[in-house]
Amino acid sequence: MLYAFKISARYLTANKGQTVLLVTGVAVGVFIFIFMSALIGGLAEFILSRTVGDLSHITIAAESDDPAILVTADGHMLVVTERGQTRTATLAEAATWLPLIAAVPGVKAVSPQINGAGFLTRGGQVSQVSVTGVEPGRESAILDLESYMIEGSARLGSGLIVLGTDLADDLALSLGQTLRLQSSQGVSAALTLSGIFETGNGGMDGARAFVSLSTARTLFAMPQGVTQIEIKLDDLNMADATARHIVSLTGLDAVPWTDGAEQLMEALNAQAQTGYFLKTFALITIVIGVASALLLSTYRRRPEIGIMRAMGAGRGFVVFVFVTQGALVGLMGGLMGASLGYLALLPFPSRDAFRAGTLPMDITQGSYGLAITLTVIGAIFASILPARAAANVDPVTAIGQ
Amino acid sequence: MTALLDVKDLVKTFGTGDVATQVLRGLSLDLAKGEMAALLGPSGSGKSTLLTILGTLMKPTSGRYHMLGQDLIAAQDKELTAFRNLHIGFVFQFHNLLPDFTALENVIFPTAVREGRESPAARARGRDLLVRMGLQERIDFPSTKLSGGQKQRVAVARALMNSPELVLADEPTGNLDRASAMQVMELIAQINREEGTTFLISTHDEKIANLCRRQLMVGDGVLTG
Ligand SMILES: Nc1ncnc2c1ncn2[C@@H]1O[C@H](COP(=O)(O)OP(=O)(O)O)[C@@H](O)[C@H]1O
Ligand SMILES: [Mg+2]
Repeated sequence: MLYAFKISARYLTANKGQTVLLVTGVAVGVFIFIFMSALIGGLAEFILSRTVGDLSHITIAAESDDPAILVTADGHMLVVTERGQTRTATLAEAATWLPLIAAVPGVKAVSPQINGAGFLTRGGQVSQVSVTGVEPGRESAILDLESYMIEGSARLGSGLIVLGTDLADDLALSLGQTLRLQSSQGVSAALTLSGIFETGNGGMDGARAFVSLSTARTLFAMPQGVTQIEIKLDDLNMADATARHIVSLTGLDAVPWTDGAEQLMEALNAQAQTGYFLKTFALITIVIGVASALLLSTYRRRPEIGIMRAMGAGRGFVVFVFVTQGALVGLMGGLMGASLGYLALLPFPSRDAFRAGTLPMDITQGSYGLAITLTVIGAIFASILPARAAANVDPVTAIGQ
Repeated sequence: MTALLDVKDLVKTFGTGDVATQVLRGLSLDLAKGEMAALLGPSGSGKSTLLTILGTLMKPTSGRYHMLGQDLIAAQDKELTAFRNLHIGFVFQFHNLLPDFTALENVIFPTAVREGRESPAARARGRDLLVRMGLQERIDFPSTKLSGGQKQRVAVARALMNSPELVLADEPTGNLDRASAMQVMELIAQINREEGTTFLISTHDEKIANLCRRQLMVGDGVLTG
């Protein structure tokens, strides 16, 4: 069908102006498609990183009610019980699970924690805080504490405490000063303020304290085990699947962040739907544009089609000539639109540098290949009607002797 | 002489009911291999209709049409397309050439469409034919830049491309001045003599008809002489 291809190409080059217009029209549609993909993708990325980025993607919390009997894959039985004298439930064997969880594909970081409540006192001032005990070295594994530090260091250690800026202000604390933390267990400790962070989140900045895991053990009288394990993934969209994997592997109650985030998921879904809607319209516009242009060309070339049929060109040949024209227009428009889309997205900041107030366009989510493929398929689809019309041209009336 | 065509009792009616017009009313025709015949008749007498049916571009309402032993009335579109390509050449009065192609590209179309490519052999034959038509200077000319007479000579060359047994020419000189018309007719006569290709040429011009060895007259839907 090399010959039919030659004829298609000749038809397209014979009317250069018209072909350029048609290809440009297709390219605009593709451009819109790519722009929408990058915007919707970038927006979702932006919203997720703002809302979920600092959260644990999968959380394993100690069961607070009945003792749980867990059967592991290798036949061990594990009994998790609430210690009588503490109010905080524990994951007693956490240490054995950690390497296993860390080895699960897609897991980026694992952070065993002891959480609890307490009071901070400095002089006459008293503030209620929620205390998180984190292993030194894993301070930034889940919440990127390091990046929020405004004074001091995020590094935790024995006798050190890191507080939010509002809390530090309330207690009129400055770096290096000592304060007293009394836990809900009644244990108290003298700690030195080694860092102040500001996340922009009022609850965090005004009522959260970070201490080392060993300090937390003392404070909450928990010589072993932890209260929860937080897990960060490479891809937060994989949370559901990875959580299921961890459950099947360990039997622990691993909860993905999407549990309880239905509203956010709905909003993101609605946004994605809007994107599909607009992209579908861009494709429909392409299809209608190509179909009408080719239909016009079919009509204009009726006498020639009649001549070709009389000379022994079959219907299939004529169909091929017009479908190939559609495919070529789709391919050229697709490549042109994709290139323009890519160039137009280049000036936008990369996904790691999104700032509020600018469009969070993600150049990596332009769906270039998909845009080109769908455009070629759409253009071929659009050329079927004109091609059939061309193949059905009656040579006698077309030549019109 | 061996018969090329066997045409009997062709009837062609256009339309139905009150507006029905019977153009051919039982027309019969024999054409032997190597003949050069003129088809005469006033405008509207049915010359084009007959040539279109003989060219398998249209089916008669009833009648019999065999060529080279094949029943061309029973045949399907696909078979007819292949048959036309190999055995029948056309020269029309208008819209003869593909406008976006050169003279040579037009001439080799019937071979290229069958082979799926423009083979060197086809190009060579196309050039030869154009040279025979006196168009050696116009081989790679865009077809739209040719004069009327040149276009018709390209069309004759194209009709001969696949060495068909029959060439149907519907008023091939109807659009040309006398000199060009004579030139085209002389070339046709030369090919007919040298190659034995059968020509059936419709015209309403007696002078043109007289260049053919046989004259057929259409009147009242049948051949009258
Ligand atoms: N497709 C058609 N529909 C209706 N009438 C037609 C059609 N084609 C031809 N005719 C009629 O058939 C008659 C013969 O036409 P045609 O074969 O073109 O004559 P000629 O070529 O001898 O001038 C004319 O009266 C013409 O109007
Ligand atoms: Mg006529």
